[in-house]
Amino acid sequence: MAYISLDEALPGMRGLLSYRPVIAPPLMSLMQVLMRSNEGLSMGEREVIATYVSSLNDCYNCHSIHAEVAQCFYESQPDLISQIKADFRSAEISDKFKALLDIAGSVQKGGKYVTEAQVSKAKEEGATDLEIHDTVLIAALFCFYNRYIDGLGIVSKDTPESLKQRGKMMAEQGYGH
Amino acid sequence: MSHIPLEEGVPGIRSLVMYRPDTGKPLYELAQVLLRDESPLSPAERELIATYVSHKNTCKFCASSHAAAARYLFDQESGVVDLVLDDYQSAPISDKLKALLTIAGRVQEDARTVSDEDVALARSFGANDRDIHDTVLIAATFCMFNRYVDGLATLTPTEDAAYAQMGERMGTIGYVLPQKPA
Repeated sequence: MAYISLDEALPGMRGLLSYRPVIAPPLMSLMQVLMRSNEGLSMGEREVIATYVSSLNDCYNCHSIHAEVAQCFYESQPDLISQIKADFRSAEISDKFKALLDIAGSVQKGGKYVTEAQVSKAKEEGATDLEIHDTVLIAALFCFYNRYIDGLGIVSKDTPESLKQRGKMMAEQGYGH
Repeated sequence: MSHIPLEEGVPGIRSLVMYRPDTGKPLYELAQVLLRDESPLSPAERELIATYVSHKNTCKFCASSHAAAARYLFDQESGVVDLVLDDYQSAPISDKLKALLTIAGRVQEDARTVSDEDVALARSFGANDRDIHDTVLIAATFCMFNRYVDGLATLTPTEDAAYAQMGERMGTIGYVLPQKPA
């Protein structure tokens, strides 16, 4: 049971946006601009960062659904997201993306955990300023979502089937509506 | 030195929203709604929650600027801000606000630790759904802003006067997207 009265029919963030509709326009606009771009990071990589941070925060609502969204972008690698969740260093992803996930992991602990050495490593592997910026902002944004959802005691009512279905819909339609 | 090149001399979040205004705009709109839109919590109380969480995250830029905004808004009672940061349980604030700060502190550490007892205590002092919702939302949002500001190692002014000026701006005009100098 959530700590406040929410529409029980709506999953996760949907229930919160319906409780406080005035926060929906800025949050959805932020999600659409930040998560639905292939400039620098791909949409799939953005969803992987969101999933990885949510998984470090152990936020089931967020990591379960964003894992499904992320997986939709990697059809030829059906186990990629579970590999990244288990140990991204041994997953089949570029060294640049590994360096960025390492930065995202530090942001999850706290902004000051990001070191010069981590940033230099990412740049050596070819990461641009924009990619580093977006990695930090996505990681920070999911530290927000995870806390908002878990801090209000919201329990997931998803089944494996509903997660797949919602994940596919989010991957196809984005966050603009 | 910031981890990516940012506008010289511009501190904290302001340098980041100038770097990427298309994400900056909704971030500022979110701050404005959270901290200034109608709520059972006053803007001063909400700035205090933002300050407390930023202080616990050791984000000097956010903690100092929101402390200055809270002092400006508390006006005659501006001394309460430092008393809360020192030890909120013994500060001259309501029991309701103390219970809400406890919830905010749990959200900052690990949101899964917010308990039925924490929420029941806040309700026993008169907190309603909106008080609890806004407390969690503000605490969670500042866990984002703090990480964004420190994760990219933005410029953090050290002089108090710089923050007093920011606090007055935040307390009067609120959160308006800064424009890049021409």
